[in-house]
Amino acid sequence: MKILVCITHVPDTTSKIAFTDNSTKFDQTGVQYIIGPYDDYALARAVELKEATGGSISVLNVGEAETEPTLRKALAIGADDAIRVNAFPTDAFFVSKQIAKVAEEGGYDLILMGRESIDFNGGQVHGMVGELLGMPSMSPVMTLDIEGNTAKLTREIEGGKEFMEVKLPAVLGCQEPIAEWKIPNMRGIMSARTKPLSVVEPTGDAPATTVDNFELPPAKKGVTMVDAENMDELVNLLKNEAKVI
Amino acid sequence: MEAIAEKEALKGGGFLIKETNAEDIFIPEEFSEEQKMMANATIDFIKKEIDPHVERMDSMEEGFMAGLMTRAGELGLLGVNVPEEYGGMAMSFNTGMLIADIVGIGGSFSTAYGAHTGIGTLPIIYYGTEDQKKKYLPKLASGEWKACYCLTEPDAGSDANSGKTSAKLTSDRKHYLINGQKMWISNAGFADLFIVFAKIDDDKKLSAFLVEKSYGGIELNDEEKKLGIKGSSTRQVFFNDCKVPVENMLSDRENGFKIAVNILNVGRIKLGAGVVQGCKEIASLCTSYANQRNQFGVPISSFGAIQTKLAKMAAKTYVAESAAYRAGQDIDNLIKKLEAGGLSHSDAKMKGVEQFAIECAIIKIHGSEIIDYVVDEGLQVYGGMGFSEEGPMARPYRDARIARIYEGTNEINRMLLVGMLFKKGMKGELDLFASVMAVGKELTSVPSFESPDMNIPMAAEKGVVKNLKKAVLMAAGKAAETFGPKLDHEQEVLMSLADMIIEVYAAESAILRTEKLISKYGQDGAQLYVDMTRLYLAEAVQKVKNHGDEAIACYATGDELKVLMMGMKRFTKVEPYNTKELRRSIAAKMIEANAFPYDLYS
Repeated sequence: MKILVCITHVPDTTSKIAFTDNSTKFDQTGVQYIIGPYDDYALARAVELKEATGGSISVLNVGEAETEPTLRKALAIGADDAIRVNAFPTDAFFVSKQIAKVAEEGGYDLILMGRESIDFNGGQVHGMVGELLGMPSMSPVMTLDIEGNTAKLTREIEGGKEFMEVKLPAVLGCQEPIAEWKIPNMRGIMSARTKPLSVVEPTGDAPATTVDNFELPPAKKGVTMVDAENMDELVNLLKNEAKVI
Repeated sequence: MEAIAEKEALKGGGFLIKETNAEDIFIPEEFSEEQKMMANATIDFIKKEIDPHVERMDSMEEGFMAGLMTRAGELGLLGVNVPEEYGGMAMSFNTGMLIADIVGIGGSFSTAYGAHTGIGTLPIIYYGTEDQKKKYLPKLASGEWKACYCLTEPDAGSDANSGKTSAKLTSDRKHYLINGQKMWISNAGFADLFIVFAKIDDDKKLSAFLVEKSYGGIELNDEEKKLGIKGSSTRQVFFNDCKVPVENMLSDRENGFKIAVNILNVGRIKLGAGVVQGCKEIASLCTSYANQRNQFGVPISSFGAIQTKLAKMAAKTYVAESAAYRAGQDIDNLIKKLEAGGLSHSDAKMKGVEQFAIECAIIKIHGSEIIDYVVDEGLQVYGGMGFSEEGPMARPYRDARIARIYEGTNEINRMLLVGMLFKKGMKGELDLFASVMAVGKELTSVPSFESPDMNIPMAAEKGVVKNLKKAVLMAAGKAAETFGPKLDHEQEVLMSLADMIIEVYAAESAILRTEKLISKYGQDGAQLYVDMTRLYLAEAVQKVKNHGDEAIACYATGDELKVLMMGMKRFTKVEPYNTKELRRSIAAKMIEANAFPYDLYS
């Protein structure tokens, strides 16, 4: 089975978020980048499926050259080869077009990715890729097993779980507990440098959106501690400062 | 690719009599992408497998530590320095140090890890026969088997060669029967392989044996109740007619003490490197806490007293890191050179480490004392919460303390490093005599008023270190002249000399690293590193002077004392830094980052 795992190159969850260029660009200073956590689960499940049934795993990222260490980490975790579409991932539609082109050319049986990235959290790419390729797409997938030409999966729905079967090829947006995320082992890290990482140029599609500017949410106000004995002050603060009564 | 440049390897201890160029040292900023990935994988292992389960580890939950070691083996962490043909990764010495550095944040686990991969595995790599290597190394590298190292006895600690454990050949000459008692044995509770030191018949020196637990005749006492590293297994081990096949003697008869000493060299430098990430984590925790904790209406991180602590933690950690990887790379370079000269990898590694035994001792002492400083001040930043078991400081405070004791106490290491230096001088390996003579000549001549070329980065600081070396040579040379072979009995003097040497090596390592970083990032981009280096240097100069004065006063009197004191003053002269501003500047970066002020692995 040929598996394509699409990974995002996103700021670590502990990153301090700031903007530059008149609040039109994300400030990358001092930011550590990681494989998107949901993508990490997808990759981990792909590695497990490959271990169980054989096949190959390609990882794909739409990004500029600085994302290559993230791709190499995916190779260290267990992917066989990596593809980088040499373009800034402007929006979900643009990224989906790039993925669809690579997927079409590669003829994959299964396309996995995270349910959403953790930078813009759009959660749209799996659906768009499915639509562009004419394949079924499901998300968020919490368990995944492959039997012959069928994927058996569990999906989280409002108030419960949904058990589904889908014919391959399919596009799946994954989340935990589909697999336990994997730490690359030392041998994997050493072999990652010898695995192929190819760079392909993007399609001519223009991004569907433009960014006017970013805005941080207002800073949270501090907590005022009021002595339990001092009810008058509490009432005064609720009435005149918080203005809730 | 490993970021190793082939450089002319210096001689161990040579730093004291030669100037080192910044371009000839390795700095951690030169770690390759692959090495950084290994560091991050190790961090992930600790965060995933240990941090959420610290209580289970430190309460010695049955099987927990052994399980951790198995998982570390699956990740390849146990085979970092094992040759590839025996299932390992055969990584460079500095990469091994890097992994040990990160593993240090694992508390009790780092002791189990060090005992297994260092003293538990290295003796076989360096001294094992082909059969021994084939039989044991793959199992140890994969974590299938765990190892421990049985050297210390109730009456043989620092004086390891005085051990009473005996080995007697059986009448059929096929086995040795080992009898005796060992104590403070890390990993004893779950080890499958015991490396045991014992004396055969009436031998004066120890021999070493590879003892499988399955041989029988091994009894374990209960787990020791320890001050720290509570999750690591530490037990007494009793050997009662333990029957060991003769082919399981490691190396030659009476070669055990040499094995023990050489292996401890590796253990020492790794232990010194093994404090670095721990110091960074604690400094980060403290910064974050100081930013959150409000007193008098403001975060306590805004107070100069707290900023002093944060800045000093960072500066000392930066210096410890600089020294460890400088020495590690020097060892790597020499190993390569020796291999190119025809030595096997194992022999080259052993000789490489042996050559830098002085630096290994320095890194061990320096690192273990830096982490004790950091945990102590870290606890202080947390105030009452620091003293609570509910807070994050109590455990590292307890765990760090052992580092000054094991792998040779810091006192033994201090005396060893000075002794080794003198021995190299006597053997002519280092031209100490000429350097001491030159300093003596300078002492009686008019001082030079030449000022350093300030266009060269860190020129003033390099000038200071050059003089500090003269201070060391003056004090050491006079001590040797005064006491001759009896200097060994003047432990107080040896300790002072050791402290001077340690400070010189540490300060110089930071200065050279900073010089390199200035050429990499520019003066402004490297300001943090310049500040940390200067803050450390200011303290180091005072330490060298204090220890130098103390040493001199131990053996000189009258006019000679005056001359030497004047020399000490001259060689420790430094333009004062505004350390308050240095501290504030460093702390400001930490407060802004809400963490240790730089990150090597992102």
